[in-house]
Amino acid sequence: MNENKAIDTPEQDEFRAYCRDWLEKNRPGPPPRETRSKKQPGRRAEALQDYEVAWLKLAYKGGLVGCDLPQEYGGGGRSDCQPIANQEMQRAGTPPFPSITALRFGAATLMDHGSEFIKNRFIPKMLAGEELWCQGFSEPNAGSDVANQQTFAEKQGDNWVINGQKIWTSFAEWADWMILLCRTDRGDKHDGLTYFCVPIKDNLGGSVEVRPLVQITGDAHFNEVFFRDLLIEDRYRLDAVGKGWSVAMTTLKYERSAGDYVEPAGGWQRPDADESSLPVEAPIIGLAKRSQRFGKTAADDPVIRDRIMQMMIRKTAFEQTNRRAQVEALVDHPARIALQFKLVDSEINQDMAALGCEIAGAGATMRPGDSNAPDRGTWPMQYLGSMGGTIAAGTSEIQRNQLGERVLGLPKSK
Amino acid sequence: MTQPRDFGFSEEATMLKDQARRFLLRNCDDSKLMALVGGNPDPLREADCQWDQQVWKEIVDLGWPAVAVPEAAGGIGMHATAVAGLVEEVGRAALPSPLNATIHSTYVLDACQTMAATAALGKIAEGGTMSLATVNQVGSWEVADTDVTAAVAADGVTLNGTSWYVQDAGKVEHFLVKARSEGGVGLYVVPAGAEGVTVVLDSIVDLTRDQAHIEFRNVVLPPESVASEPGNGDSAMAKALPAIHTMVAADMCGAAEWQLQTTAEYARTRVQYDRVIGFFQAVKHPIVDMMIMIDHARSLIYNAACAIDHEPEESRLLAHMAKASASDMGAYASNRSVQLHGGIGYTWECHVHLRFKRQMHSQVFYGDAAYHRAKMADLMIGPIAA
Repeated sequence: MNENKAIDTPEQDEFRAYCRDWLEKNRPGPPPRETRSKKQPGRRAEALQDYEVAWLKLAYKGGLVGCDLPQEYGGGGRSDCQPIANQEMQRAGTPPFPSITALRFGAATLMDHGSEFIKNRFIPKMLAGEELWCQGFSEPNAGSDVANQQTFAEKQGDNWVINGQKIWTSFAEWADWMILLCRTDRGDKHDGLTYFCVPIKDNLGGSVEVRPLVQITGDAHFNEVFFRDLLIEDRYRLDAVGKGWSVAMTTLKYERSAGDYVEPAGGWQRPDADESSLPVEAPIIGLAKRSQRFGKTAADDPVIRDRIMQMMIRKTAFEQTNRRAQVEALVDHPARIALQFKLVDSEINQDMAALGCEIAGAGATMRPGDSNAPDRGTWPMQYLGSMGGTIAAGTSEIQRNQLGERVLGLPKSK
Repeated sequence: MTQPRDFGFSEEATMLKDQARRFLLRNCDDSKLMALVGGNPDPLREADCQWDQQVWKEIVDLGWPAVAVPEAAGGIGMHATAVAGLVEEVGRAALPSPLNATIHSTYVLDACQTMAATAALGKIAEGGTMSLATVNQVGSWEVADTDVTAAVAADGVTLNGTSWYVQDAGKVEHFLVKARSEGGVGLYVVPAGAEGVTVVLDSIVDLTRDQAHIEFRNVVLPPESVASEPGNGDSAMAKALPAIHTMVAADMCGAAEWQLQTTAEYARTRVQYDRVIGFFQAVKHPIVDMMIMIDHARSLIYNAACAIDHEPEESRLLAHMAKASASDMGAYASNRSVQLHGGIGYTWECHVHLRFKRQMHSQVFYGDAAYHRAKMADLMIGPIAA
């Protein structure tokens, strides 16, 4: 195991020891068995949500969330310690945190663009898990073309009145607040946008409606959100009127994990790529050993072996590229690796799942409800779900545009 | 042992890489390279060996041949990660030189652990050059295969047979020859000018290196030529293979970065339909895919190199990954670099074919992508049941 001694500062060293000790004493027990809600079709189980929220609250109290944010906004006031906390949480195998909205990009966006009121009001509760957030960017006619916002905020005295519709809104069913991009001037596409923090939960049944949107997997993990004369005070605005586009760019930068603040990330994710030990047997190899092809085990079929190795290479390359991103001498352009992260991760997941379906063969026709489904039907479900990864948060096509434009200096495509 | 998170890529490694970049830009830019190797487009031209020996003298003065040689043998003894950084720059410049062949030989000699091998390493540290004569006529990369036989006697060794696919054979002073005798596979240091040695240059596609098959007819060698005793040569080869795979991949990675930057530059400047062609996603996206594949190969190269330095028991698998990744990456980057240059890219006068041909050579050299994935599968899944 790599102890990371090569690059740890004394502060990081000390903090790592603290995290290990704390996690030893406070690591949560196993999650509740049920993952799907019995009350609401397609939603995740309430008990699972509660479990993750409780873990976030505990980890915040332990100082493992918001480590590098200023103390005045509820952070730990440390330097470069969030990655240490993340590594130790992953090592300890702790649960993930609920919703990425606040932790990956919400708090960071507020830090960069919020007034003192906004930062004091929201960031501590974001970090502490006391208020949950969702993101209102996408609309039926503003998908890849994010600037084409139609939801409108009209100024009335010191307040704004918001009307319109958001779509693909993850976590809205749990959210207390939303970061909202909307239009305040119909005369200017990019400079007519403004960015707000708006209350969701307190207005449900009134000026806010959240409707589940069922995905191709049958899950309903995202929503349509409707605003009908939602009234909010001007002090919940981020940055100036008409500056919404640049605030949104900040959010998207953090969403692609390309900003200054590192997202507090719990566990159950891929192990950090600091350890280059031989990969443990991958699930896809296990599947191949249990599947048949030409009357033999699929794991002995040269074509299948080659295909699996292609995936192993891409997976390892992705992990090692994230490791290399930390070594300045081996990175040519500051955004070059960061902007690849989401694109590569989602495409590897997709291709891995597609290969799993291929190896499962006839068995891939069966979904989780069938007791004969190989690996309990996870491969076709993973493949269906993977399409969300290559579409959400900027499609793979948009990601490739961004890389070509921002890293290679190619002209902007329309 | 553990791997440092930063691959152990040191400040010295950074300095060496930067120095190499600057030196090669100055001494092996594209026009000079084209003038040096591109004089005769005739596919039926005589087999040739074009290189700038003055540049090589300066490279020797800079100490590059010594970087991989252990300090105990008189070299600089830098980590494989640092050597990979240097080789990337050599590939970027597509430098015709005996450096890569000498570095590959260095890793094999280092694995031999004999007095004779240490003496040969000492010569390399002083600027000597060497190439591996270890492949048979059918192009097998397996460690025990060879078409050369050694008759071993108390007062010396006699070699007979032919070695194939010997890289930069026209540039080096010595060969490290793999030969089979009753006692098994051994490795022998043979001067290029020794009696009975005939270097027959192959007519190859790549303009930036030369290749030969070498005939040995009753070549008599003194006992101090035995770098690895019969029976030990195949294991020495096996020990060195991860470094060889990694360095071939590093050369490809550097060349591909040149292909990427050159193609992106062309897409930023060439105008069609009143726009620079990089505007069009059919052009933009493949260039981005080149970049992603390069980044993947590059990360796997430093991962493998770091394993060679710190976790050699894991380096075999990781080097197979690096070379498999680099071979596919090199093929894609080459193909797109010519395609996206359009008609001009198809001409001899446009420089892109130099890297294209160097990559074609490197793709298959020491095993193509499918070969390395098959080797990986044996390690990760287990051998195919009989």
